[in-house]
Amino acid sequence: MGAFPMSEHSTYIPGNGVEKWIDERLPIIRFSKEHLMDFPTPKNLNYWWTFGGILAIMLVVQIVTGVILAMHYTPNIAMAFNSVEHIRRDVNGGRIIQATHAVGASMFFAAVYVHIFRGMYFGSYKAPREILWLLGVLIFVLMMATAFMGYVLPWGQMSFWAATVITNIFAAIPIVGNPILELLRGGFAVGNPTLNRFFSLHYLLPFVIAAVVILHIWALHVPGNNNPVGVEVKSDRDTLPFHPYYTMKDLYGIVLFAIPFAWFVFFIPDILGHPDNYIMANSQVTPAHIVPEWYFLPFYAILRAIDFNILFIDSKLGGVIFFAGSIVILFFLPWLDNSKTRSGTFRPMFKWFYWLFVLNFVGLTYLGSAPAEGIYVVLAKICTAYYFIHFLIILPVLSRIETSRPLPTSISESVLGKAH
Amino acid sequence: MAGSSSMLKIKTILAAVTLSAICALPATAQEHETVHIEKQNWSFAGIFGTYDTNQLRRGFQVFREVCSSCHSANLIAFRTLAEEGGPHFSEGQVKALSAEYDIADPSADDGTRKGVASDFWPAPFVNEQEARDANGGALPPDFSVLAKARGVTDAFPWWVTNYFTGYAEGGPDYIHALMNSYEETPPEGVEIPEGKHYNAVFPGHAIGMAPPLADGIITYVAEEGQEPVPETVDQYSKDVSAYMMWLAEPGLVSRKETGFKVLLFLILFAGLMYATKRKIWSGIEH
Repeated sequence: MGAFPMSEHSTYIPGNGVEKWIDERLPIIRFSKEHLMDFPTPKNLNYWWTFGGILAIMLVVQIVTGVILAMHYTPNIAMAFNSVEHIRRDVNGGRIIQATHAVGASMFFAAVYVHIFRGMYFGSYKAPREILWLLGVLIFVLMMATAFMGYVLPWGQMSFWAATVITNIFAAIPIVGNPILELLRGGFAVGNPTLNRFFSLHYLLPFVIAAVVILHIWALHVPGNNNPVGVEVKSDRDTLPFHPYYTMKDLYGIVLFAIPFAWFVFFIPDILGHPDNYIMANSQVTPAHIVPEWYFLPFYAILRAIDFNILFIDSKLGGVIFFAGSIVILFFLPWLDNSKTRSGTFRPMFKWFYWLFVLNFVGLTYLGSAPAEGIYVVLAKICTAYYFIHFLIILPVLSRIETSRPLPTSISESVLGKAH
Repeated sequence: MAGSSSMLKIKTILAAVTLSAICALPATAQEHETVHIEKQNWSFAGIFGTYDTNQLRRGFQVFREVCSSCHSANLIAFRTLAEEGGPHFSEGQVKALSAEYDIADPSADDGTRKGVASDFWPAPFVNEQEARDANGGALPPDFSVLAKARGVTDAFPWWVTNYFTGYAEGGPDYIHALMNSYEETPPEGVEIPEGKHYNAVFPGHAIGMAPPLADGIITYVAEEGQEPVPETVDQYSKDVSAYMMWLAEPGLVSRKETGFKVLLFLILFAGLMYATKRKIWSGIEH
């Protein structure tokens, strides 16, 4: 039994006349009870699975702090920089709200990377969860767009130059590139129209993300959760109701996650940023190094790694193709890895290549921050190549040649066999 | 299955290290040419650090008597000088101080009036062009957030420790180093253009600002019962760097105080959550 039809596990009985009246018209209480409380969840989920809940909370934190910041922020190139300082200095609680939002972006990405890499290790993208994975990648792309535009709003030097460099990427696309570039910027150069539209879109996109998150959770609730052994739920013995078991475990995870979050917000709010962003944007002065925020570095390294022409494709377009490809390829992951075994735990060869991929990704992050010269350029090319080789060669080949370790017959069996 | 559980632990550790490495990376992304900058012992350093009121007052004096003749501090209102956690002057002192300045005000009779506590610190030049003309073409940067717009780059992998020690004083360290790194004769082979000055820590080494400080140019008056403070470039620059950090981060003390309460709450709360979670899960094989 893979799928849980929506009403099969409904144990809801309206408690009184009002509830009954509501239930017959809009069964929202029934829906909540089924999906937030009774939802059968594999009993063996580990703490890596708490990051889904952490991410949901992070989205709420970003939206709430962001809405408050928007009340005090001025999207005008002459006033934006000082309006952020005004929030820090004059608005009640402003410096905490602003720091929470800025640090929150980093924490959000840290959590989403854990969440994605967890999915990759335990094969959470495999049938019947392909759409769940696709929606997840879509959320990741939307998050990147949102974070990028948000970073432009304080209108510091890095804001301005990041906006210039990143919008410029689009100019490499043949024919439509320049019109897109001008549409994004609202002119020929980054300026007031750019800031205005980025502010508008930065406010809009989180709600689009929230909508896709709802679809993501819907797609999760059809097949139910994957789990660390990757064997489908076979009977009620394999599951626990979501509440109180996983509400409690997730909340505990969320509180633990809040500890480093608070550490950054209250003690080192600027350490994840760049000092240059405390200099007001100036189109006449280019910073010595234009570096994106840390969470974009792996992809930035891939963008820069293509500094040579490939046949008729010049290096600039080549960089854009690889940059876009490195994200687009994630959409194809469910069909590149054909191994029937989900969990990396039971895949003796995959396991090693997985960690090599993680290491390679961390390497790309480092190289994205390093100056584009000397040995770094060579390493960036090697790491970029390996990134694509992992998806296009290693995973398809592994699924043909690898023999998985025997799987437990059920989740309960694997749980009972575990030594404590 | 001891093997698999130790394997799991290794993986957990590996993953944790990876995550923290990812989090810690941006600090590497700076200048190639690393100039060594001596880190100072700031009273406001680390998680327990608070501003030293006397130092901020001395720093204010340096700013007022030296820096402010070229540098603006546009975001600072006189009233903030009376705030707790800052220089904490009395309201009377701030009132008297602000009255010493003429503030441009189109609604006043002759275009200017005496300052009041709610006024912002008046800029030394009317506009950027005038500032450049008076300074050999260079624009003296505004002081409001300057201490956070400068930093110190630590070599790999030492910057990782900054995340745990809470090092956020790169700006003051840089400013202090800048004030103490002027050399009258540049090292051999270094050409300094006319009107510029050699400074070992300034990027490119040719700085427009002439050495602003010299021993003894500012007279510190020690209050009763206080040790006299040395009147040296080193001391002046420490004091003014501290003052600039306060300009950039006036709420630092209250931010950290709140941080302790929040962290204490979160740690206790996490403990309770863990106990509850264990209780709920007891008896469930998982």
